[in-house]
Amino acid sequence: MKQAWKRRYSFWSLTAAVLIVIGLVGVIQRYAFGLGETTNLSDRFPWGLWIGFDILVGVGLAAGGFTIAAAVHIFNIERFRPILKPTILTAFLGYLLVIAGLLVDLGKPWAIWHALIYWNTSSVMFEVAWCVMLYTVVLALEFSPVVLERFNLQAPLRVIRAITIPVVVTGVILSTLHQSSLGSLFIIIPGRMHPLWYSTILPFLFLISSIAAGLAMTIVESQLSAKAFGRKIEVPLLADLARVVVVVLATFLAVRVQDLINRDALRFALEPTYQSGLFWVEIVLGTFVPIALLLIPRFRHTANGLFNASVLVLLGFVANRLNTAITSMEQWPDRTYMPSWQEVAITLGLAAVGFALFSAGVRYLNVFGPQEDPGARQRQEVLSQGSRTTSRRTDTVCAEASSHI
Amino acid sequence: MSNAMLIDITRCVGCGECTRACIAANDLPEGDDTQLSCARYTVVNEVGNPQASVRQLCMHCVEPTCVSACLVGAFRKTATGAVVYDEEKCIGCRYCMQACPFSVPKYEWSSLAPRIKKCSFCHSRVSQGKLPACVEACPAGASVFGDRNELIREAHHRINENPGEYVDHVYGEHEAGGTSVLFLSAVPFGLLGFPDNLPTEPIPRLSWKILKEIPKYAVVSSLLLFGIHWITARRAYVEKIEHRDSETEELR
Ligand code: SF4
Ligand code: SF4
Ligand code: SF4
Repeated sequence: MKQAWKRRYSFWSLTAAVLIVIGLVGVIQRYAFGLGETTNLSDRFPWGLWIGFDILVGVGLAAGGFTIAAAVHIFNIERFRPILKPTILTAFLGYLLVIAGLLVDLGKPWAIWHALIYWNTSSVMFEVAWCVMLYTVVLALEFSPVVLERFNLQAPLRVIRAITIPVVVTGVILSTLHQSSLGSLFIIIPGRMHPLWYSTILPFLFLISSIAAGLAMTIVESQLSAKAFGRKIEVPLLADLARVVVVVLATFLAVRVQDLINRDALRFALEPTYQSGLFWVEIVLGTFVPIALLLIPRFRHTANGLFNASVLVLLGFVANRLNTAITSMEQWPDRTYMPSWQEVAITLGLAAVGFALFSAGVRYLNVFGPQEDPGARQRQEVLSQGSRTTSRRTDTVCAEASSHI
Repeated sequence: MSNAMLIDITRCVGCGECTRACIAANDLPEGDDTQLSCARYTVVNEVGNPQASVRQLCMHCVEPTCVSACLVGAFRKTATGAVVYDEEKCIGCRYCMQACPFSVPKYEWSSLAPRIKKCSFCHSRVSQGKLPACVEACPAGASVFGDRNELIREAHHRINENPGEYVDHVYGEHEAGGTSVLFLSAVPFGLLGFPDNLPTEPIPRLSWKILKEIPKYAVVSSLLLFGIHWITARRAYVEKIEHRDSETEELR
């Protein structure tokens, strides 16, 4: 058994290594020859796979970070604490990769810091840029205790723990703003986007769908790392998450369909076009099927069932973002787009870097291990105080009783 | 005074003098591109059926989407009406290209330090009191330059004076909140490839409606989150104590 997973593990390591090397070749070419040479981006199609996948999907999959942090720290749902650290790690790595993706996609990456000094507050892209920067800092703070614990740095740990709640609150606000702002980016393009995707409520749709995708990502990643590191899969906990995924997905579906009806755009879904086909892929694969599957208790309470349904949610999510960023802008025959091999290689390479960093994190840091609960000591004190009063009460009761005797 | 350019498609002879003058004035590479690109700020093409010679260039919108879209404010609408670009600020995100309702900004894709390229309304020439190079070169008087309000009046005057010669529409008077390049045509604009589904409300307002709510959202949601935390933390704490209490009771 052990041999088997070891072999599988090294197979995946090798795959990741190969993807990273090919991705690096792509990166070198992109910087050596420029965007025109190495991508299929053009004046007709200025945004492609990198914006659609590396940015929109990357940020969306990190949404588990704010959801679980809010559940544990704000709503005090202690049950979710075991998955908090790995989810935060996923989100943090996700954001680092988004920044890496941006550095590849931007025409003048060395000028990225201009966003700090030249402000245009009427630009959605400005909001996006600041959310990326600030939320990456917040995620670093949220993840820092794991690293500080590893090196037993008590002084900074105390500081971080003292400000946990304000940090988490800031994170929730920044992250929800960021998820929705990626949808707002498209609000300014009313004329050129296909009506199946253009909507003024895109920010709201982006936010809800990212929550479902973020939680699905948490389920998938918990299972993968459980398998890779030979630990038990916590099916009941993940099944609870899956319930939330169902509710969120159903809300998303309802709002999405209602919006299509309101804009009288549902009829485009019935036309036999390339776009409507991809629309149905997104809706059926990413919402109908996983909702139906997860509603079946027998399915929801097995590791495989949870895994497969969550993968479908993720695929549907990827389809939705790529459709919004790419499909909705395509117009046969004169405006179409297929990524170049370099674009694909860099995207896959970045994803592989993400997997590699995540397993390195799990391996060298206490990501899944028993949680050192920051509030524990404080609560311990309160509890012992409490039991002291109780015991005092017990004493008096005993005394009274004995006097009666 | 806010300037504008009025282009009368019925007068255009399709000679391409404007394109050549623009190439010379802006030091653009020679060649036979027929579409707007980083090497062509204006082109004239025979389009539609019946055919007409249609010029394309930046529309110099009154409330430009590109200006509102650029995160570093690389675009600016000057007091004289021109929408100009500052390559020093630009980081190359290409959001302006997506945002422009007329697909005007073009990119230097083959450069290693690419810039956005588009018509500047000959901002430096006009500041020196000269006409835009393309207008100066037009042999047919199809492109004229002047005060925007006056040109709109002139356009309606031409429509009214020549019944049947024009469609009753000054393109750019209201499109996307109004533009500083105005067109007159004998053929409906949609048939000539002009975007005919643009709102009359300036497009930047679509996103501003959302952006302006952010401060409110941040304040309300942080109050809410701190409040929820306060309640749930308190509840967990009370529960724990009660739990302990009942345990000691049970022990007795
Ligand atoms: S036409 Fe496009 S590039 Fe020109 S001012 Fe308007 S929005 Fe900006
Ligand atoms: S490409 Fe340059 S000019 Fe255009 S929006 Fe981005 S930073 Fe602004
Ligand atoms: S106004 Fe100047 S830059 Fe614009 S098209 Fe005419 S000549 Fe070219």
